[in-house]
Amino acid sequence: MSLDLSSENRMTWVGAKTLVDPQVSIKRGALFVAENRIRNMLKWWTSIIAFGLGNPTLYLLSIGIGIGSLVDNSLGPNAIDHVSYLTFLAPALLATAGIQGAMDEVTWPTLEGFVWDRTFFSMNATAITGKQIANGVMIAAMVRCVLQVFMYELCLLAFGAISWQSIPILLLVASSAGLGFSSIMLAFSASIKDDDGVFALVGRFIITPMFMFSGTFYPITSMPIYLQWIGWISPQWHATNLGRALSYGMPIESWLVILHWAVFLIMTIIGFSWAHRVFTKRLEA
Amino acid sequence: MAKKTDAEAMIVATNLTKTYGEFKAVDGINFTVRKGESFGLLGPNGAGKSTTMKMIAATSQRTGGELLILGKDPNTSGPEIRAHLGVVPQQDNLDRELKVWENLMIYGRYFGLSRKFLKGKIEELLEFAQLVDKRNNKTEELSGGMKRRLTIARGLVNEPEILMLDEPTTGLDPQARHILWDRLFRLKELGVTLVITTHYMDEAEQLCDRLMVMDKGKIMAEGSPSELIKKYSSKEVLEVRFGSDNNASVAEQIAGIGERLEILPDRILVYAENGEKALEAIVKKGLHPVTSLVRRSSLEDVFLRLTGRTLVD
Amino acid sequence: MSLINTTVDTAIAIAEKRAMRRGSGVYSGRSRVVLERGFYALKSSTWMVVASGFVEPVFYLLAFGYGIGQFISGTTDGNGNPITYAQFIAPALLATSAMNGAIYDSTWNVFFKMHFGKIYNGMLSTSMGTLDVALGEISWALLRGLAYAIGFMAVVGSMGLIPSWWGLLAIPAAVLIAFGFASIGMGVTSYLKNHQQMQWIQLVMLPMFLFSGTFYPLTIYPVAVQYFIQALPLWQAIQLVRGLTLGILDWAMLGHALYFVAMIIGGLFFTTRRLTALFLR
Repeated sequence: MSLDLSSENRMTWVGAKTLVDPQVSIKRGALFVAENRIRNMLKWWTSIIAFGLGNPTLYLLSIGIGIGSLVDNSLGPNAIDHVSYLTFLAPALLATAGIQGAMDEVTWPTLEGFVWDRTFFSMNATAITGKQIANGVMIAAMVRCVLQVFMYELCLLAFGAISWQSIPILLLVASSAGLGFSSIMLAFSASIKDDDGVFALVGRFIITPMFMFSGTFYPITSMPIYLQWIGWISPQWHATNLGRALSYGMPIESWLVILHWAVFLIMTIIGFSWAHRVFTKRLEA
Repeated sequence: MAKKTDAEAMIVATNLTKTYGEFKAVDGINFTVRKGESFGLLGPNGAGKSTTMKMIAATSQRTGGELLILGKDPNTSGPEIRAHLGVVPQQDNLDRELKVWENLMIYGRYFGLSRKFLKGKIEELLEFAQLVDKRNNKTEELSGGMKRRLTIARGLVNEPEILMLDEPTTGLDPQARHILWDRLFRLKELGVTLVITTHYMDEAEQLCDRLMVMDKGKIMAEGSPSELIKKYSSKEVLEVRFGSDNNASVAEQIAGIGERLEILPDRILVYAENGEKALEAIVKKGLHPVTSLVRRSSLEDVFLRLTGRTLVD
Repeated sequence: MSLINTTVDTAIAIAEKRAMRRGSGVYSGRSRVVLERGFYALKSSTWMVVASGFVEPVFYLLAFGYGIGQFISGTTDGNGNPITYAQFIAPALLATSAMNGAIYDSTWNVFFKMHFGKIYNGMLSTSMGTLDVALGEISWALLRGLAYAIGFMAVVGSMGLIPSWWGLLAIPAAVLIAFGFASIGMGVTSYLKNHQQMQWIQLVMLPMFLFSGTFYPLTIYPVAVQYFIQALPLWQAIQLVRGLTLGILDWAMLGHALYFVAMIIGGLFFTTRRLTALFLR
C-alpha cells in the first residue's frame, strides 16, 4: 500500500458530452474493431510470416515436387492437364491458404470475444454495435487472408508454379473464397455456446475433407461420382477450378466461371446476414 | 503419526529464507505453529506470505535456514509431508473437467485413499461444504463461494493435520464469507491446525489465535489479535475527512490531539483513548470535518502502523 | 460429522510406506490415478470428438492412397515386390497418427492443464510426486493412441492394405512410438508460455510428416539429406511400422525400436526434472 501524498494526481475532466462525438463510432466502429484485432495479430507477426512462408514451401517441396515426381515417373511428364504437377497443384494450394487464413482469424477470435475474454461485450458497452463488431472481425481476417495468399504466391512464383501476371487475379479468387467461407464460419462461431470440441469436429469432418476431396491433389473427375458432390458444394473446389483456368488456361465453360463467382458472392451474403443477426442477438441477450 | 517427541510443534521455522536470484522473498524468519492453533500470516501483497505458505506446503524448496513440518524436512520428504496437509490455494484450481463429487474422489485418490473410504468421506464433505445438491454439477456452474467451499472440502479429504488457506475469502461477497468463516471455525473446533494468509483484518480477527505480520520478507510483529492492537494502537480511532486537498494542511493544525495521527490521502486517522473527545477538540479549533467517524481500533490500524509508508510519529 | 476418525492415518501410512525408498521424492507409485482422472473427464467430454480421433489419417489415406494413387504406379516393397500406393502409405499414416496423437496429448492438453486448468498444482499439493504425474499423463496419451491405432488398423485391414499378419504387431509398435513422442513432448511443453509458441511445435511436426518417407522413398533426396531424415524419429517410426505391415522383417527394425526405447527413457528423465523445477522449487 503506497500512500503518496506529494504527487499531484489530479485528473483533467471535460465530460463525455463534449469529449465524445457519437457520430464517429457510428461511422467507423467496424474500423476500430478491426484495428484492435490487427494490433492483436501484430503481436505474433513473426509466427504469421514464418507460417505464411514456411507452410507453402514445405508443401510445395514434399507434395508438389516429391509426389509430382512419382506422378511423372508413372505417367510421363505433364500428364495432368498438360502441365507440371506443381502448376496443377498451385491454384488449389492458394485456395487453401485463402480459406485457412481467413478462417483462423474469425473462429477463435469470435469464441474469445464471446466466451473467454468477453471483449465483444465490453466493445458493445461503448457506442459500437454488434454488426460493426462482426464487420470489424471480418475486415481484420481479410487483411490476414490477403497477406497469407500473397506470401503463398511469392513462394509459388519462386518455384515457377505460377506466372507473375496471374498474381492479382489469383489473389482475388483465393481471397473471395476465403471471404465466402469465413463469413459463414463467423456466423457459426458466434452461435456456439462454448468450444467443447466443436471446432475439432468442424476441422475433422468439414475442413479436412474439403481440403482433400475438392480436386486439390488430382482432378475431381477422377473421384468416384458419389464423392464428387463434396467438390461441388465446397468453396475450395470453386476457387481451385477457377484458379486453374486463370493460372494456366485450363479449358472452362463460361457459365461455370459465372457459377464460381456466384458461389463466393452467395456465401458472403448468406454469411454476413446470418452473422449480423447472431452478433446483435447475442450481445443484446 | 508424527514423532511423539515433537507432537506439539507442527511447524518449526528457523531463519527460514527463500531467494529468487537477487530477490529475497522470505528473509530469515522464525516461527512455530503448535497443534490445534489457528495461525495467521498477515501482510501486504508481496510481503512473502504466499512464498512462506508454499514452503510449508512442501511445494517450494527453501534456499536457507531450517524448516520442520511434523518433524520432517520438506526438501527431502515432500510427498510424505504433503500426505498430512490440506492445501487451499489462493485461486481455486478445481478440476473443471470433472463434476463436483468427482473432484473430491480424484483428489482423495491422489493421496492413495481407497474408493470405499472416499465414498463415505465425500458425503460428509459435501454436507460440510453445503454442496449436497450440487454433487453432479460441473465446477463451472458453481458460484464463487461454492467453489471456495468445494476447494476447502477437497483439502479436507485426507483429514489433514494442518489445513493451509491462502486468502480464503478474497473476492467473496459478505454472506459467502460468513458461511466460510463458520465452516472454518468448525474445523478449528475439531482440532485441525489452521494456517491462514489474509489481507482482510476482520478475517484475521475472526479466525486467528495468533498472528504474524510480514512485510518485505520479514516478521514485523507477532501475537494474538488483541495483544497486537493493544501494543501498536490506541483504544479508539477517529476518522475525519476534510476533502482531498485539505487533509495535509489540517493535519498540522490538529497535531497534538490524540496519541498519534495517521494522514491518508482521503482522510486523517486520530488515535485516541476517547474518539468523541478528540472530535470535540478538533471542532473547538474551529475546524469542521466533512465527515467523522469514531470506531474501535482494529488490526487494520496495527497493519498501517507496522507497514504503512507514511507513519507520522 | 466425524472429520477426524480412525482412518486419519491412511494417507500418511500410504505415503510413509514408500518414504525410505529411492526416488520417494518424485514418485509415490500412483500414476494410475492420473488415468482414473482421465476416465472421469472422458465421461463428461464430447464423445464425438474422442471417437472420431482416427478419421484424419483415414481421409489422408483415401485422398492420397486412392486419389493420387491412381496416377502413381511401380510402387514396391523393400524386396522389390509390387504393392499398391495405398499399401505403401498406410503404415506411414499409422506411424504419423501415433506421433500426432501423442504430441497433441502431451502438448496442447498438457499446456491447457498446466496453465489454464492448474491441474498439476492440485495434483502436486497432494502426496503425488512429479514422476507420478508425468507417467500418468503419458500413459493416458498412450491409451488413447492405442485405441486410435486399433481403429485405424481395423479400417485399413478391412481395405486389404495390411498384406502380412506381422501387421498386428504394428499396434504395439504404434504405442511404443507414441510413448517416445509423448515423453519428450510433455517436457518441451513445460517451456512454452503461450498459444503462439505452441504453434511452433507444428512447424517441427509438419516437415517431419512431409519428408520422412511418408509419401515416397527417401531415395529421391540427396544422400546428405537422407542421413538427416534417417536420424529423425518419424522416419524411424515409419520404417518400423512399414516393415511390420508389409511383413518384411530385418534386424534394422530392432534398431528402430531401440531408438524409441532410448527416447522414452531420456524423455521421462527430462520431463520429470522439468516438472519438479516448475512446481516444486
